[in-house]
Amino acid sequence: MIRIVLPHHLRTLAHVAEEVELEVDGPATVGSVLDALEADYPMLRGTIRGHGTQRRRPFVRFFACEQDLSHEPTDAPLPDAVVTGAEPLLVVGAMAGG
Amino acid sequence: MSGVRVLVGTRKGAFVLTSDGKRDKWDVSGPHFAGWEIYHLKGSPADPDRLYASQTSGWFGQVIQRSNDGGKRWETVGNEFAYDGVPGTHMWYDGTPHPWEFKRVWHLEPSLTDPDTVYAGIEDAALFRSTDGGKCWQELSGMRGHGSGSKWQPGAGGMCLHTILLDPKDPQRIFIAISAAGAFRTDDGGRTWRPVTRGLKSQGIPDPDAEVGHCVHRIAMHPSRPEVLFMQKHWDVMRSDNAGESWYEVSGDLPTDFGFPIEVHAHEPETIYVVPITSDSHHFPPEGKLRVYRSRSGGNAWEPLTKGLPQQDCYVNVLRDAMAADSLDPCGVYFGTTGGQVYASANAGDKWAPIVRDLPAVLSVEVQTLS
Repeated sequence: MIRIVLPHHLRTLAHVAEEVELEVDGPATVGSVLDALEADYPMLRGTIRGHGTQRRRPFVRFFACEQDLSHEPTDAPLPDAVVTGAEPLLVVGAMAGG
Repeated sequence: MSGVRVLVGTRKGAFVLTSDGKRDKWDVSGPHFAGWEIYHLKGSPADPDRLYASQTSGWFGQVIQRSNDGGKRWETVGNEFAYDGVPGTHMWYDGTPHPWEFKRVWHLEPSLTDPDTVYAGIEDAALFRSTDGGKCWQELSGMRGHGSGSKWQPGAGGMCLHTILLDPKDPQRIFIAISAAGAFRTDDGGRTWRPVTRGLKSQGIPDPDAEVGHCVHRIAMHPSRPEVLFMQKHWDVMRSDNAGESWYEVSGDLPTDFGFPIEVHAHEPETIYVVPITSDSHHFPPEGKLRVYRSRSGGNAWEPLTKGLPQQDCYVNVLRDAMAADSLDPCGVYFGTTGGQVYASANAGDKWAPIVRDLPAVLSVEVQTLS
């Protein structure tokens, strides 16, 4: 079971609480977790990564276990703590304001 | 009993304002999609309970929302706007080629006859259509594929296709406008397009009367007379009596002919409304006075409408999609400001009152007349 934490605006869009739990087929990677997330919540398609390109949107980041995974290959294995459910994968919207 | 539903898109969500036919007491619901930019929402003329909304975010991109109950409940539909084929390039601000990239939906125009058919005008400028209630979108690529596409250049707000006018007498004819490419028309349902800009003159482009490159801000028509078009250009208020084949200026005695919206009275095809703005350097009304100008002669002779509007220290703007007219009698006119006010007049502009004063900056205002 993978735990994924979504930013506020995507939680309201998907009508979910802060944390979502997902089953992932095969190796757990950022790509496979997003595939599972979008399968369960199709309204999130295009909001985290682009349609077609599958590229991460510029102001979205992926954090886990105090690491920034945003620039890792999307087929890189996630940390064991995320795979076991001990730690969540964080989908983060870049901070902005002022 | 008759009534109206005013659909307001703002920088931080959508609001639905409803009233009975008297239009003096209002119910305000929202914010819907709080915190998201709502560029536009509009109801289907064929089914007033069917609404479409364009919801966007710099972080999370484009979402399209649909309601089947007049805005009480919403569901997300398709948000994939893929250009047809290899998009190629248009001209960037510095004159260099720039790849066509989808950024957002500026305007949603539901079909006049089918609630499941809706058109979307997007940035970078292209026209899309859905025939399944917004689930899937296909580009009408003949428009973007017009031979001049590589010369189109964005206006300050982006290269947006912001105006879509469906001809009620000829389902094959559509007018669109792009900042800053100009105005185009199809007579074959969107397969082929041609510029309809003869008579436009724009000093801000290298060739003032070029076929493309004009910064058209808005076009309006009366449904009884779709061959007559009114245009608020970057500068100049223009009119065409032949479906855009040629245009002539009707700015007349306006205090300034810069502005964004233009609207037509529901029952008087020669009565039109604009909101003059000082200039493209000063995006606020002249003298700090918020004045709607009305012409009852299809242009040239204009009268200021000021009753109920702030006449000192007012420095808001009224954006291109932020004015609408209902079809009750007398005709109601509505507009929203970048200061978050939505003003209504239940008597064709003679007197105004705010429905709400403190919304986020208003991007769009549409009105539905309900029976």
